[in-house]
Amino acid sequence: MSPVATTTARQTPARPPAGPAAHQRRGRPARPKTDGIAGYVFLSPWLLGLLAITAVPMLMSLYLSFTNYDVLSDWESTEWVGLDNYRTMFTEDPSFWHAVRVTVTFALVATPLKLAAALGVALLLNRSFRGAGIFRGLFYLPSLLGGSVALAIVWVNMFNRDGAFNSFLAWFGIEGKAWVNDPDFALGTLILLAVWQFGAPMVIFLAGLKQVPNELYEAASVDGAGAVRKFFAVTLPILSPVIFFNLVLETINGFQGFTSAFVLSNGTGGPVDSTLMYTLHLYIKGWNEYQMGYASAMAWVFLLSIGLVTAVIFRTGKFWVHYSDGED
Amino acid sequence: MVLQRLSRPIALVLLSVIVLYPLVWMLGSSFKAPDEVLNNMSVFPREFTPGNYADGWGHFDVNFGRFFVNSAMVAGLTVVANCISCLLAAYAFARLRFRLRGFWFAIMIGTLLLPGHVLIVPQFVMFKTFGWVGGDWPYAPLIVPQLLATEAFFVFLMVQFMRGVPRELDDAAKIDGCTPYGVFRHVILPLSRPALVSTAIFSFIWTWNDFFRQLVYLSDLEKYTAPVALTLFIDSSGQSAVGPMFAMSVLSLLPVFLFFVAFQRMLVEGINTTGLKG
Repeated sequence: MSPVATTTARQTPARPPAGPAAHQRRGRPARPKTDGIAGYVFLSPWLLGLLAITAVPMLMSLYLSFTNYDVLSDWESTEWVGLDNYRTMFTEDPSFWHAVRVTVTFALVATPLKLAAALGVALLLNRSFRGAGIFRGLFYLPSLLGGSVALAIVWVNMFNRDGAFNSFLAWFGIEGKAWVNDPDFALGTLILLAVWQFGAPMVIFLAGLKQVPNELYEAASVDGAGAVRKFFAVTLPILSPVIFFNLVLETINGFQGFTSAFVLSNGTGGPVDSTLMYTLHLYIKGWNEYQMGYASAMAWVFLLSIGLVTAVIFRTGKFWVHYSDGED
Repeated sequence: MVLQRLSRPIALVLLSVIVLYPLVWMLGSSFKAPDEVLNNMSVFPREFTPGNYADGWGHFDVNFGRFFVNSAMVAGLTVVANCISCLLAAYAFARLRFRLRGFWFAIMIGTLLLPGHVLIVPQFVMFKTFGWVGGDWPYAPLIVPQLLATEAFFVFLMVQFMRGVPRELDDAAKIDGCTPYGVFRHVILPLSRPALVSTAIFSFIWTWNDFFRQLVYLSDLEKYTAPVALTLFIDSSGQSAVGPMFAMSVLSLLPVFLFFVAFQRMLVEGINTTGLKG
């Protein structure tokens, strides 16, 4: 086992990292209080990045969102348009609402399915038996490949009218259709592609399952609990911080889906806007229609929405996430 | 009883078949003749057609090797940039004492959850103002941010790793007269190799697979990376192009697959922190 694994496996991922201050309190009076400017010397690339690549662009996009900036013309002809971009977005751009609906549907359906698959398979693998490591690796592989353009291309073609999926259905005498060209099913194929990549959360679940103390299962057995009861009374509560961690990450990832939707629709979000993910709409506005001001406004609405969703998940977490103290 | 004992392995094998089928089918189909690429659900070609690879390679005005070279260059430079910049920042956070450290650390954690798409518009505008978009070497916008440790996730991974390195080693080096720079050079740098390897592998894979940023910044066919070039097949996707498209898709996944084979254990175990982006 590599040293990375040993250090990381011990820390339950859902737990916030102990702040760097933790080390300071150990009180070693012999040492000077700071390391002088060395800290800032080592930190300088990161600080510069924070400023130039993150903070300034964020403020800049806030400013741009109130203008009609279009990249092509120079700054002089860019005008302050107040809240126009936001107003257009909410009242005059039907595609914006399509994008919101598509993205929310995608995140709401794909995330729970993916996590359920991940947890289910993790439970299957959570025994030491020969070959467990191989299965774990195989199930993880799609997480590495699934986000690529290449895989999206193959996936989309698999669900095409004359694709392999329909050949499979034909075995049962079912006549398939061009799933990817049907507004009712196109997003479904993308959700399947997302669920197929359940390996990454599965690996995190597996690490979490290793932390469940065996005594709890034994105690539950003594009390006469069956397998199902044990799952709900022991496994789920102990695993809840890990579920929470996966839920936050996968939801945020889900909202940002782009590649597969771009490939399926060849960059249009079609058929009939049915795969118009929010980020794809943003791309079309910014880079096909050169409405950078509008795209900036979309980006800020996106940021605030994701922030809001994350806050809601954290808020509800108080009711169902159990942190066991002292265990680990 | 026997059935119960066998249910787990049977479930796992079935599941593996479902999970692996798209990958194996993709590989098999890349060797199929045009009329069977899509509808032949068997993973074995009826008519073995290795010519798809040659056709795909020369399908565009610029041959596909160029796109792979571009992809490899972007990914390689990103790996180097991430390893250096994130290691420096992580050392500061994990080991050095300076004013506002807690504050900056909190900000760094905050940027972990910041969706990249929010920044892409203003970054694009900024890099365009600098004259970095287009031109002879349009890759600067893809690499300069990595040089400035903006991949907070790797900073976090390395901080976590360094916390596992015994502080006594630092203290011993200090007693021997090492400055913070000396401790970095002689203690932390050599001991951080596993974290650097993880960072290198994940940076490579993510950059190799990355699409959005490369799509936004690369507009010259000759400068395209493999994923951007692959989307050109979608435009021209008549029956004849599907085989070559599959062949190039297979080739473009090959480096990631090889990394997976070589570092499987490390990838799967490293993901306990790296699951952030899974």
